[in-house]
Amino acid sequence: MGVERISAAFAAREKEGRKALIVYLCAGDPSLEVTAAAVQELAAAGVDIIELGVPFSDPVADGPVIQAASTRALARGTNLRKILDLVKNLRSRVSLPLVLMSYYNPLLQYGLAGLAADLAAAGVDGLIVPDLPLEESAPLREKLEAVKLAAIPLVAPTTPAERLQQIAAAAQGFIYCVSLTGVTGARESLPPGIAAYLARVREATDLPLGVGFGISHPEQARLLAPLCDGIIVGSAVVRALHEGGLPAAVEVVQSLRQAI
Amino acid sequence: MVLPDSRGHFGPYGGRFVPETLMPALKEIEKAYREAREDPTFQRELKYYLEQYAGRPTPLYFAANLTRHLGGARVYLKREDLNHTGSHKLNNALGQALLARRMGKKRLIAETGAGQHGVATATVAALLGMECEIYMGEEDTRRQALNVFRMELLGARVIPVAAGSCTLKDAVNEALRDWVTNVRTTYYLIGSVVGPHPYPMMVRDFQAVIGEETRQQVLEASGRLPDHLIACVGGGSNAMGLFYPFIQDAGVKMWGAEAAGRGLKTGRHAASLTAGRPGVFQGSYSYIVQDENGQIKPVYSLSAGLDYPGVGPEHSYLKDSGRATYMAITDAEALEAFQLLSRTEGIIPALESAHAVALAMKMAPGLSQEEIIIVNLSGRGDKDVQQVEAVLQEGGENHGC
Repeated sequence: MGVERISAAFAAREKEGRKALIVYLCAGDPSLEVTAAAVQELAAAGVDIIELGVPFSDPVADGPVIQAASTRALARGTNLRKILDLVKNLRSRVSLPLVLMSYYNPLLQYGLAGLAADLAAAGVDGLIVPDLPLEESAPLREKLEAVKLAAIPLVAPTTPAERLQQIAAAAQGFIYCVSLTGVTGARESLPPGIAAYLARVREATDLPLGVGFGISHPEQARLLAPLCDGIIVGSAVVRALHEGGLPAAVEVVQSLRQAI
Repeated sequence: MVLPDSRGHFGPYGGRFVPETLMPALKEIEKAYREAREDPTFQRELKYYLEQYAGRPTPLYFAANLTRHLGGARVYLKREDLNHTGSHKLNNALGQALLARRMGKKRLIAETGAGQHGVATATVAALLGMECEIYMGEEDTRRQALNVFRMELLGARVIPVAAGSCTLKDAVNEALRDWVTNVRTTYYLIGSVVGPHPYPMMVRDFQAVIGEETRQQVLEASGRLPDHLIACVGGGSNAMGLFYPFIQDAGVKMWGAEAAGRGLKTGRHAASLTAGRPGVFQGSYSYIVQDENGQIKPVYSLSAGLDYPGVGPEHSYLKDSGRATYMAITDAEALEAFQLLSRTEGIIPALESAHAVALAMKMAPGLSQEEIIIVNLSGRGDKDVQQVEAVLQEGGENHGC
């Protein structure tokens, strides 16, 4: 449950001398039924943690692929309540950690008071909120902590050392290291200075480091693997699922799995 | 009490809700701004450009004909439309561009709705020799084609945004994405009292010159403070600029005119304060137009500059505290005011400002002739005449996205 399930997922891969593979799916794109099937198939294909994106009308941290996926999911009537039902149904079928990635407003409007308990009851293990920096996150973190769910923060290449310490001190589960200054979406190469940046984060925490934004090719994942504990892939899988359906998404995941 | 607090909160509103990548940049801007505010050299330079380049102070004009026509309170117009570039937007663009230069940034980006802020930013970029890119919703580039050309003429690149509703909020999203990507070299020159801290405070301070001048001018003209201040509110920068220097004067009532579009009941409006609920959108906690799941709802106003689902956090605070009152004005009421002011005073107001004039038209007849209303005429209407002509000929249809 919660933080423990996430820590166990990283620990299991570490024991094998491998890295965790974390995949983002936009819940409800093209439908919640397909999202449910995708979670099960991707888990079987070796994904260690799945991030379910709660679609938002104005996703400022996302590039065109996830923006478009969010728009499609919203057009299908996807909302947080339905995503929690989806997780509830999935929980008896998959054992991997499921975390939600949501912009803050859908969570706020759901109501922070009931949110943490409902997340826990559904079987969600953690939460990533890309527009909720440390300074504003205390109310949500306290609620998550009370039910032992992970508040997974993001850090960026622009985050100074002292701030890394503060963020790490409030983090649970893992640290989401944004690989570059930019929005989500596949890039061809690795950002310059990534090794030094991840080394700085490593110095600030004992928690596992997951690296995301811009990673789509197995070769990128292979090069990054020695610098972190998990690789996060979003847009590449979302695009494959949209363009080629579930078999295409599984193929992307399998090639990444082999690389790390 | 001085607001905002050190973390940018106005009561519960404001704050910083942005991707982590931007947090260090916001702190850097805040630090640079606080230093600049205390620096006489910076203040002297800003004052020089406001006077010699923008043309300040702008007049406080007693609208005798309009007053006679309405037959009630005395109506004064703060003539921000007479600023260089035609609106109050230049006050803020000058302030922030000088700050950006002081910070060593060479590239400015901005969002624009009606194009007034885009033109103001392109203008200061030309003045200070900076690179400039303006994000503008595709729908707005059609509604305000003339302003697109003006910006290009000034050397800026206009990037049409085809996402979402193709209007102002989508331009802000795209500008934020650009900034996340180019934060090390780029300064994001936000055009209103919205977004993450320190923008709501900083833009208010740069616009406060409106209220400071008004205060002095009305005292000179009538020997006392006004009874009512009226300004239109989209994001709310011209309103905050007028209101702020009067906040401590309890006898001065403050009124914001939001866009009711086709009417609040039709759902086709942009009235965050009168018809929205608090939430987090584009960097701060404030009243927003949203559905029950926290998704931002499409908004609508004939006026591109008010067509925005959020509002500055300080306005949310002023609303809740009762210090200011916010009313919604329909397209039809604004169009009537647009024409009335043109005919009675020979002043064509911007459609945004026409919302404030419309509220004055509603209020003035019911007030005594002793009372003083000051309307912030935030911009001139040249940019709107083609659109208004089309709307009047069509009988008001076909001006949505």
